[in-house]
Amino acid sequence: MTTEITDALCPFCGCNCDDITVVVDNNRITGVKHACRVGTAKIMGHHRIETPMMRADKKSEFKKVSYDEAIEGAARMLAMSKRPLLYGWASALCEVHKKGILLAEEMGAIIDNTATVCHGPSTLAVHEKGLPSSTLGQIKNRADVVVFWGSNPVHAHPRHMGRYSVFTKGFFQEKGRRGRKVIVVDVRKTETASMADEFVQVQQGSDYLVISAMRAILSGHADVVPDSAGGVQKEQLVKLVDTLKGAKFCGIFFGMGLTQSISRYKNIDNAISLTTELNSFTKCVIMPMRGHYNVAGFGQVCSWETGFATAVDFARGAPYYNPGETAANDLLMRKETDAAMIIAGDAGAHFPADSVRHLAKIPVVQIDPYWNATTEVSNIVIPVAVCGIEVEGTAYRMDGVSLRYRKMIEPTLSTDVEVLERITERVKELRGV
Amino acid sequence: MELLIKNGSVYDPVNGIKGDRTDISIRDGKIVDKVSSSASVIDAGGRVVMAGGVDAHSHIAGAKVNMGRIMRPEDTRLGIKPRTKITRPCTGYTVPNVYAMGYRYAQMGYTTVFEAAQAIMKARHTHEELEEIPIIDKGALTLFGSNWPTMDFVREKNMDKLAAYVAWGLLASRGFGIKCVNPGGGEMWGFGKNVTGLDDVVPNFEVTPREIIVSLMKVNETLKLPHSVHLHCNNLGKPGNYRTTLASMELADQVRARKDRQVLHVTHVTFNCWGGTNWGDFESKADEIANYLNNCDNVTTDMGQLIFGSATTMTADGPVQYANAKLLHAKWANGDVELEDASGVVPIFYAKQVSIHAIMWAMGLELALLTKDPYKVLLTTDHPNGGPFVNYPEVIALLMSNKKRQEEIKTLHALVNDRTKIPGITRELDFNDIAVMTRVGTAKVLGLLDTKGHLGAGSDADLSIYDIIPDQIDPSIEHAKIKSAFSSAAYTIKGGEIVVKDGEITATPAGRTYWVDATVPEEQTEIMMKDIRHKFKNYYSMNLANYAVQDEYVTHPEVIKAGAIPVEVS
Repeated sequence: MTTEITDALCPFCGCNCDDITVVVDNNRITGVKHACRVGTAKIMGHHRIETPMMRADKKSEFKKVSYDEAIEGAARMLAMSKRPLLYGWASALCEVHKKGILLAEEMGAIIDNTATVCHGPSTLAVHEKGLPSSTLGQIKNRADVVVFWGSNPVHAHPRHMGRYSVFTKGFFQEKGRRGRKVIVVDVRKTETASMADEFVQVQQGSDYLVISAMRAILSGHADVVPDSAGGVQKEQLVKLVDTLKGAKFCGIFFGMGLTQSISRYKNIDNAISLTTELNSFTKCVIMPMRGHYNVAGFGQVCSWETGFATAVDFARGAPYYNPGETAANDLLMRKETDAAMIIAGDAGAHFPADSVRHLAKIPVVQIDPYWNATTEVSNIVIPVAVCGIEVEGTAYRMDGVSLRYRKMIEPTLSTDVEVLERITERVKELRGV
Repeated sequence: MELLIKNGSVYDPVNGIKGDRTDISIRDGKIVDKVSSSASVIDAGGRVVMAGGVDAHSHIAGAKVNMGRIMRPEDTRLGIKPRTKITRPCTGYTVPNVYAMGYRYAQMGYTTVFEAAQAIMKARHTHEELEEIPIIDKGALTLFGSNWPTMDFVREKNMDKLAAYVAWGLLASRGFGIKCVNPGGGEMWGFGKNVTGLDDVVPNFEVTPREIIVSLMKVNETLKLPHSVHLHCNNLGKPGNYRTTLASMELADQVRARKDRQVLHVTHVTFNCWGGTNWGDFESKADEIANYLNNCDNVTTDMGQLIFGSATTMTADGPVQYANAKLLHAKWANGDVELEDASGVVPIFYAKQVSIHAIMWAMGLELALLTKDPYKVLLTTDHPNGGPFVNYPEVIALLMSNKKRQEEIKTLHALVNDRTKIPGITRELDFNDIAVMTRVGTAKVLGLLDTKGHLGAGSDADLSIYDIIPDQIDPSIEHAKIKSAFSSAAYTIKGGEIVVKDGEITATPAGRTYWVDATVPEEQTEIMMKDIRHKFKNYYSMNLANYAVQDEYVTHPEVIKAGAIPVEVS
C-alpha cells in the first residue's frame, strides 16, 4: 500500500526544510518530493550498516554479532576507560543528546559534538560578543540585502536561497529575488558567487582584515584604510559598506570559510561587531550556516542541561568547559583519551590526521546508521535506526527554531536512545554505582 | 499516603490564619481536613509554615534563557555543584541550568513558577526546557503583543477573530495566558525602530499600542482566562516612562473583569517607574505608581526588584536590549521571531556606586512599601533581569527590616537619598504580608487560587516550613536570620512529597505544566484560520502542520479550561 506523508522534515542540513512529501510503500520509501538532491539521497537511504559488528583488533575483519554482545562490549570498553570521549551527535535528535549527556555524567566522560570542526569557533565568538540574529522568516519577509560570507549555499544548503533568503517572496519583499541585493564574500568564485549581484574576492586568510577595514569605513575612518585590504580594493569596500548601511534590513550568513580559516573565532567576533555596529544605521542580523540538521540542537540541549554548549568534561562530577583543553581534538591530539564512542558524526573523515591516528590506537565504539570512515577505526559498530526518518523527535534549525520530526517508516534496527539507555544501565552496573 | 504537619505557626492569609498554631493534614497530594492516626508526622515545632511559593514572572526556560547560557559561560561557571545520588549537576547564577532552576526554587520553598514570555513559534523549545526542570509546577505566558494576526484583527476591530487567535495561540504554544511586551514595538524592531508611546501608529499595520492593549484585555475577559493580560509597558528603560506606565494602567478601566482578579498585570515596575528626562535627572516615580495602585482595584504589579551584582537582562523588548548593549558596551544577542515578536539578551552588572542602579534598587522597595495592599505588588526580581531569583530572601529581609534598608542605603550612591523616597519609609512588612506577596497574591493574580497559594482543604499539598519561630524573632533586627531561613527551607513539600529537608534536595518528582484550553465556537476559529493559513503560505518560514507544540512536549499537563460558547459579541 502506498501512502504519502506531507509536511515531512528533511534530516540533512541546517535548513531543516519542513515541506517535504515522502512516498512510502510497504515500509519502504519510494519517492521524495520537494527536497533537494542531497536531502532526497539521505531520505531514500544508502550504505546502511545492517548488523552490529565487533573485531578484536583494528587489523582484523569485523564479525557480525548480536546487539546484546555489541552493547556488552561497548559498556565494558567505556566502563574500563579512564578518560572516555563521547563525540558526534550532529545527525541525531535532541532526545538522543539527552541520553548522551546522562551517560557522560554517569561515567565522568567528555562529551563534544561536531561543531568542534565546524561552527565551534562561532560559539567562542558568541561568548565574546553575543549574537544579533533572528529567525529565517525575518530574512524572507524583510531583507533587501543578503550577504553570504565564506558560505556556499548552492552546494551546502541547496534550498536556503529558495526558501529563506534570496528567491523567496515575503511581506515586505514582494518581488523576491529582484527586490534583494545579494553579496557574496569568498576566496573563490563559487556557484553562489556567480548568482550574486556583487562578488567580493578576499585573499585567502584575510577575512579578518577585510572586516576590520569595513568597520573602520563604517565608523567614519575610511582615511586609515589602505588602497587595498585583504586583496579587496578600498573602493569596493566603501561601496559595500554603503550598500549595507543603506539597506532596510540586512542579513549576513557565514559559513566555514570564516570559522575554519586563519583567525577562526576572531573572524566571527569581528563579523558580529560589524553587525552590531550596522544596527546604528539599519537593521542587520547575522547567522551561522549550520551544517547538519541538528548540530544546533546539541548546542541547545547541552546548554540547558549543563550550562555549556559543547566540549563538556564531567571528570570532576560537575560540568567543566574549556575549549582548547576539553574539545574532542584537544584530547585526541594530547593522546589523553583512552576510549571513544563516536555517534551520529564522522570523526574518521573530518578530524585532523593526528587525531584520527590516536583514534586508530584506542578502543572505539561507533553508533551510526551508516558505514563511514569512522567505521574503519572502530572495534565495535552498533547500527541504529535513522533519526528523522525511522525515529521521531526534535531538531533545531540553524536559526534556533525547534521542529518535531515525524517517523516516515518503522525502524528495523534499534534506536540510538535504546542503545544508549542499555549502555548506560550496563556501565552503571559495571562501575558498581 | 498521609502526612500531618503539627505545631506550625501557619501563615495562610486567604483562610484567615495569621501565625496561629495549626496542624495541616495531607492526603494523596492534597490538603485535607484531617488524616488518620497512621499518617506520618512532621513536628514543625512552632516554625513558620506557608503554602509553597508561587512565582508569576520569571525567565526560567526557552530560547532567550538558553541564549543567555550560551553567551555567558562566565555565568555558568558560578554556582557549579557536582551531581549527587539524587540530583543532576547544577551550574550558573543568573542563567542556571534546568536542574538548578528546579532545585533552587524548591530549596527556597517555592513550588510553582511561571515563565514570563514565549513566542508561539519557539514554544516547543520552552517546553523542552520546562519538561526538564525538576520538582516545581510551571507554565509559560505566550506573547501576543506584536503578532501580525493580533494587529490585523485589532485594526479590523474584529474581537471574535482576535479571541479565536488567542485561544488557538495558547493551544499552539501550550501557553497559560496573554503576555504583551512593548506592544507594537516588537514589530517595529523588525526594521530597527520602536514605538515611543501608547498612540504611535505601527507602520504597515495601522494600529497603536493603546488599541492592542485594550483589545487583548477585552478578549482576555471574553475568553475568561484565569490570568489577566500581563503587560510589559512601552518605553521600558527610558527615563520618564512612569507616565506611559500610568497611562497604560488607566486603560484597565475600559474593561470589566469576568473573574475575581485584576484586568491588567503590569510587570517588573522597577524598570518602568522612571522619572526624569535623561540619565542626569533620573529619579524614582515609584510613589506615583503606588499612589495609583492605592486608588484602583483592577491593576496588579510585581516588583522586578534590582539585586546588586551580576544579572542577565532578557526580554522580548528587542529595541531596549539594543539600547542597553550600546549604553553598556556589552555583548548583545538579538532573537527576532518572524510575524511574532522581538527579543534580546544583554548581561549587566548592577553596582552600588552607580547612581542609576542605586535609585533602581530603591524603586522596587518603594513600590512594595508605599502600596498599602500587598495583593497588588508581587515579589519578583524579574529573574534574571533585576537579579537571579535566589535573591528573593534578600528582598524579603529588606521588606521586613527598615534597619537593613538603612544599613544598605549607607553603602549606596548618595543620590538614592535625593531621588527616591526610600530613606524616609519606615514600614516593615510582616510574615502575613510576605505570604501574600509570594503565595496567595501570586496565585490570585494567576487565577490559580483554587489549588495554589493557600493551605485550605482541597488545595495542592505544596508547602514550606522555615526555620523561624515568629514569637522568638524580631525580623527588623534579626534580618540576617530571616534571609538565611527563607534561603534554605527546613522542609519543602510538593504534592505531599518531601522534596527538601534542611535545605537539601531529598526527592525530584516531575512537576506539572499548566496551560489553558480556551474554547471558541468552531466556525469562529475556522474564519480566523483562513488568515492564519494565508500567513503560513506566504510569510512564515515553516509549515502550519509543524507549528504547534505537540503533546510529547507536555508530559505532565494540567489543563485549565476556559473560553465562552457562545462568545459574546463585544
